[in-house]
Amino acid sequence: MSAHRARPQAKRPSLDGGRILGLTLLGLLTLAAVVGPDLVGQDPARQSLLEALQGPSGRHLLGTDHLGRDMAARLLSGAQLSLFLAGLSTVTAALPGTLLGIVAAWFGGWPDRLLTAFADAVLALPGLLLVLMLAAISPGSWWALYTGISLTLWVEYFRYTRQRARVVLAEPAVEASQLLGIGPWMIVRRHLMPEIGPGILTIAAFGAATAVTAVAALGFVSVGIRPPTAEWGVMMTELLPYWRESPFLILQPVACLFMTVLALHLSVGGGVRP
Amino acid sequence: MSSSILWRGPTVSVPFHGRTDEHSRTVIAALAARGLQAVLVALIVGIFSFVMMQALPGDAAYRIAAGRYGYDMMDAASAETVRAELGLDQHWTAQLADWISALAKFDLGRSLVYGTPVMDEIAVQLGHSLLLAAGAVLASLLFALPVGVAAGLRPGGLVDRASLGLSVLLRAIPFFALGILLILVFAIRLDLLPVAGFRGPEHLVLPSITLGLGLAAVSSRVVRDAVTDAMAAEWQLFSRTKGLSTRLTMFRHVLRNAALPVVAYVGVQLAYLIEGVVIVETVFAWPGIGHALVHAIFSRDITMVQGTALTLGLLYVALNLCIDLACRGIDPRTRAAGRTGPRS
Repeated sequence: MSAHRARPQAKRPSLDGGRILGLTLLGLLTLAAVVGPDLVGQDPARQSLLEALQGPSGRHLLGTDHLGRDMAARLLSGAQLSLFLAGLSTVTAALPGTLLGIVAAWFGGWPDRLLTAFADAVLALPGLLLVLMLAAISPGSWWALYTGISLTLWVEYFRYTRQRARVVLAEPAVEASQLLGIGPWMIVRRHLMPEIGPGILTIAAFGAATAVTAVAALGFVSVGIRPPTAEWGVMMTELLPYWRESPFLILQPVACLFMTVLALHLSVGGGVRP
Repeated sequence: MSSSILWRGPTVSVPFHGRTDEHSRTVIAALAARGLQAVLVALIVGIFSFVMMQALPGDAAYRIAAGRYGYDMMDAASAETVRAELGLDQHWTAQLADWISALAKFDLGRSLVYGTPVMDEIAVQLGHSLLLAAGAVLASLLFALPVGVAAGLRPGGLVDRASLGLSVLLRAIPFFALGILLILVFAIRLDLLPVAGFRGPEHLVLPSITLGLGLAAVSSRVVRDAVTDAMAAEWQLFSRTKGLSTRLTMFRHVLRNAALPVVAYVGVQLAYLIEGVVIVETVFAWPGIGHALVHAIFSRDITMVQGTALTLGLLYVALNLCIDLACRGIDPRTRAAGRTGPRS
């Protein structure tokens, strides 16, 4: 009885211009992260105390931080780190998550119960707590962060795929294909993938946004990536005390994070929910 | 769904995150399901903390002896006493069994850094965190309800479109970044509110608004959808036809029906709320459990990590249970035939 789910779609104001904007922004950010550091040509770790807290100039496009490090180089290096970790954890969450979802729906029985129980166990705790506890085992290491994020994110793919696959695999068309002797791989590709593809992409976009946010949040509260690595959250912590001298500085990593998350959210389209 | 994980609101309408209400046919069953979840939380936190303990560099016996007697007063003999007393010379499986059974007896041990019982620390912090959580939920309702109802009464109207845009923008700002912005504007530039800390009620305002705005970014849309649906339902037309005034229809039927998905949605947001509390407490130096957890991780105070993570996890379970029961209270159908809420 999902009265509120079967609502007509036409009433919902759509933001599809937003989707184009999101994808463009995402493309630009990725491009900047890949080629930007070479274009800027500055070492994000090189300190120069004589040049500390400078405004934008020809030499330092976005100014310098409290240790005289080039802001543009640090922001771009932070973008590289964030996008890399987000991409990596999205792939390692999406592949096993989707695959195990199909396995659970296909076989049913004890594999299904076992996998569902494991997924429920992960969900017993809020995701951040799990990530924090993993980060606590090996503080400051990026792989603990990455493992924690992947471990919390795969469940979404699993639950979504399992739910949809159970419906699709019960359809007469699938039964007919099986009777015709078509193999499981082909059935998954022909019948299941077109059905779950868009949903998986949506989950991936929001999952990547979550990963970017998580990396920055943990860096900001000093239990994730550690200084002197150029990471947006770490930069916010470092620059917060200098808001009076140069309020422009602290806003730069905040704006970068905001743009990245916004781009990922908008790239899904449809505003709030697909 | 992505609500469940970390701190951004749900996006796809897949029932997600621990909302096991389709199984909780009776109150007993609901209690049992949440009880099981609580045991699971304790086990996960306990095992993780044990692994953290093992992963600490150096000899645990020396470290604990130093914590107990002070670095100057400690020697090899006292370390050996500690080793024998705490069973640190046993195989790790026996140690893990000891660790978990201590947890089952609610023995959370002493802080490795301060030496005080973890339980005492948590008793103080929990009140602060609950205060912040309550402030956040209140703030989110103050934002989400008026905006959501106004948008839902005129779908596609100006308020609807403006609030959608605002919600998309707000959701892209993580809690801590929003906190920084609010501090910069209201505490530093305008000098209206205190920057951080915990002294008077005015210290509660900025952290609550930070969390509340983040929550309201999504929940205002849920309110909007719920109101739109309720307004479009046939019984709404019927109650108008039978002669009830707009106002009476609104309060007696529309808002009550709209309340169910909204309350159920608060349940979905709980994970987000708990995570937000951890981050926002750290941003505003709020002396609650989340702040203590982050601080304990930083200073490698593992008993404290275990105690605070466990409390946050159990708080999450308990709040979920409250939501389960509240949904049953609002919707009589969930009580009758084992049917559950409209999130089916």
